[in-house]
Amino acid sequence: MSNYKAVIGLEMHCELKSNSKVFSPAKNGYSEIPNFNISEIDMAFPGILPSVNKESVRSAIMASLVLNCKVPEYMYFDRKNYYYPDLPKGYQITQMHDPVGTNGKILIDMDGYTKEVLIHDIHLEEDSASLDHYIDASLIDYNRAGVPLLELVTEPCFNNAEEAVAFLEYMRLVYKYLGISDADTKMGQIRCDVNVSIMDYDAKELGTKVEIKNVNSFQNVKDAINYEIKRQSELKDEGRYSEVEQETRRFDEETLTTVRMRNKVDAIDYKYFVEPNIPKYKITNEWIEEIKKSIPMLPRERKQKYINEYGLSEYDTNIIIKNKEYADYFEECLNLGMDAKTSANYLIVNIIAYLNKFNMELKDFFLKPKYLKEIIDELIKGNISSKQAKEIFNKALDENKEPKEFISKENSQISDVNELNNIIDTILNNNQSQIELYKNGRSNIFDYFVGQVMKETRGKANPTIVKEILNDKLKN
Amino acid sequence: MMDKSIKELHELLINNKVSSDDLVKEALAKSHTLQEKCNAFVTILDDAKGVSVNDNLLSGIPYGIKDNYSTKGILTTGSSNTLKDYVPFFTATAVKNLEKCGAVPVNKTALDEFGMGGTGTTCHTGNVLNPWNQKRMCGGSSSGSACAVSAGVYPYALGSDTGDSIRKPAAYCGIVGYKPTYGMISRYGLFPFASSLDHCGVLTRRVEDAAIVVDAMKGKDKKDLTSFDSSNIHLLDSLDGNVSGKKLFYIKEIVDFANYPNIDDTLKKHLDNYFKTLDNLKSLGVTIDSVSIDKTLLQAIPSVYVCLSCAEATSNMSNLTGIIFGPRGKGDNVMEIIKDHRTKGFSTLIKRRFVIGSYILQKENQEKYFVNAQRVRRLIVDKMKELFKEYDGLILPVGTGPAPYIDGSVDHVNNSDTSILEEHLQIGNFGGFPSITIPNGFVDNLPVGINITGNCYDDANILNIAYALEGTMNYKGQIAKEGTNE
Repeated sequence: MSNYKAVIGLEMHCELKSNSKVFSPAKNGYSEIPNFNISEIDMAFPGILPSVNKESVRSAIMASLVLNCKVPEYMYFDRKNYYYPDLPKGYQITQMHDPVGTNGKILIDMDGYTKEVLIHDIHLEEDSASLDHYIDASLIDYNRAGVPLLELVTEPCFNNAEEAVAFLEYMRLVYKYLGISDADTKMGQIRCDVNVSIMDYDAKELGTKVEIKNVNSFQNVKDAINYEIKRQSELKDEGRYSEVEQETRRFDEETLTTVRMRNKVDAIDYKYFVEPNIPKYKITNEWIEEIKKSIPMLPRERKQKYINEYGLSEYDTNIIIKNKEYADYFEECLNLGMDAKTSANYLIVNIIAYLNKFNMELKDFFLKPKYLKEIIDELIKGNISSKQAKEIFNKALDENKEPKEFISKENSQISDVNELNNIIDTILNNNQSQIELYKNGRSNIFDYFVGQVMKETRGKANPTIVKEILNDKLKN
Repeated sequence: MMDKSIKELHELLINNKVSSDDLVKEALAKSHTLQEKCNAFVTILDDAKGVSVNDNLLSGIPYGIKDNYSTKGILTTGSSNTLKDYVPFFTATAVKNLEKCGAVPVNKTALDEFGMGGTGTTCHTGNVLNPWNQKRMCGGSSSGSACAVSAGVYPYALGSDTGDSIRKPAAYCGIVGYKPTYGMISRYGLFPFASSLDHCGVLTRRVEDAAIVVDAMKGKDKKDLTSFDSSNIHLLDSLDGNVSGKKLFYIKEIVDFANYPNIDDTLKKHLDNYFKTLDNLKSLGVTIDSVSIDKTLLQAIPSVYVCLSCAEATSNMSNLTGIIFGPRGKGDNVMEIIKDHRTKGFSTLIKRRFVIGSYILQKENQEKYFVNAQRVRRLIVDKMKELFKEYDGLILPVGTGPAPYIDGSVDHVNNSDTSILEEHLQIGNFGGFPSITIPNGFVDNLPVGINITGNCYDDANILNIAYALEGTMNYKGQIAKEGTNE
């Protein structure tokens, strides 16, 4: 699409889950009612001091470890000073000097190749308030002020929009697997800054970097990058590359273009300095070890395992790892000794379809793996048909009852050869004329006999065994 | 009544010789009288009532609160126009701790705007005048608190101290001013000036009263991460007056006459008076050594203080925009509204300090000014800690003499021959050291003070030395006597 090599870096801000805000005891949660989850700290009334939420620090360290970053010996924070109506203190508490993670890397799977993404740093900070702009006024909602925010900064290591978006999507999944964020872009929990430059393929130095701020969906990230590559390439093609300025732009959703906000000369000096109200806090090795132990297996590792060890298809694997709940469910099935392919199949075809139909989450789904096992065990033993299995599955869900309650003697499949022999003998004895017709070449009479057996057993006869017995008897 | 000590008042209260209500009424009446003369208060709490008295030494006794402590439901201005109508909805932890003891606040005292100043002349309610002589200043920034305690409105008032804001006005008003180790008293609810230097503390007329009040104010607070557990420190119980064998030092480069070839009469009397008092301590069995410290390091103290305090202040006061609280500024957009609020709200002195602070924090200047100031701060603190290994404390005179005239007062962000003598109390803030000023008699018929500063967490020892020294002099519990000749 371009004659030039694109170089892209990302800043990914993600709101963390926690009971309270990162520096105040107010609740960290969404509220339709503005200014509901707030304390004097979030609104910076005079005399307030921050207290650090340990849970958020723990989440940040966990993310740092997953990204193979260096974790500093001490946790401390910095002030980023600037005036903006969404920033009540006039400064943001963030990390600049010694972020919770530096110099990391992580692998992501692209179509046909593996990409190593280099992480510059990851740091813990507080979110700002949210602003609602109207024609003649703007309203401030402080519910979001002080929500813990994890900012991940990559090196300029992506070469196209697809890589950048694949990374963002993978990180969103990782955060969910770690349980540290809901990572919901629709709720504005993930926001990105993107920087883009272009260069000749044989050039040694990077081109002029343009930053696009506050891009709030992955689709927009993709569109913004592609637009910016196109814009810069066209200028370069026309010999006007000097018009590409080091500047900050924003993405306009209406026109799918980027628009200048400010140039380098107007760049803000944030006057960073160490936050004096939060003493340095030692991150002990014991704590790091304890956090490491609580890190679950991540989607990429699970994917490899499912394909290589359990023989699942890549397609099925991708469906399962998209959601940690699915993957955990699947793995619990395996732990219970269930067959991998059957479990995966049931999960994808029946369970996920059911969840989608009723817009439910797997955690609220009644049939836990141990119940699913009751059905699948009977299915594999041949005690029930797959049709019956499906019925039991639905009944159990309808009535919130264990499946085994529906797997009784009466409705279980008849697979007993002796019992079926007796039934078939009676039917054949009563249909001598039909046997004649069959033997004279009316092969479709075979299905008539199967039908008679089913009628007699009210559909419970195991059709495979019935067919075998009939074949034997009619040959003679 | 209000000239009495806390213990004396407590005795009278529990023996029903006087009621808490009587004390409150007297304190309120005295507040109004003093307000007429010296303009010490932002708010007098006329609705204050006595409480039922219990075993706590502070219960039922009136006191004053510096107007930079957040008090729920009570106007709290920081003596600034930016908060002239601000009524907080939460109370500072230190005040809450006193509330639990049954202490009764009767007024909010004026200060140099947000604690930034040492004169008591930058309060939005006007100058605070010295009760010993109304042509003189009280010093600051705890101007109103020092004024009221000195005038005998009540036995104690709360102060805050970022450079010397408790200890200098205490000297100028002839009373006791004590700031304990950094973190002993929670700063939650104290309007910040420079967070790494800010201390809560108290102004009293007796060392014993200072011990009683800080015993009540202190304690680890989960809302202030810099606070520490001091439950093993019992200040009042530590006052036995036995100081034989204690070792103090003074810094030659600060008090030696040789440093002041052009010494004026006042300074000479001040230093003479200081050295005379050292003899009192020696007679109690205290050793006092002269110690020499690199003068370059000492001379850096005022500049380091200006750099760090202005830088932190600039950031700390960025919440004062008039958006959430404070009078809304005028303008066509939000930045203009903020600018208008701040331009109109702050005094010239504060704005000057904001400019200095901003300049120091600028990316291109940070290393040169801010980071270097932090380095020098560390050097000074390390030097002091090294000396505190050998000595119990540092003993020095406060300032260059008695309180200056109000009309000749200048903001003391400046330099001169006597600048170290004037500013050395800032060492106590650099290191978070416990530091106490007690009255040390008179120069030119006006009170002067002497200060003892010790190592962190050694508050009990420092207070005990001050207590013993206080006992050798006649200034304990003194009330300002008006009309000193001039």
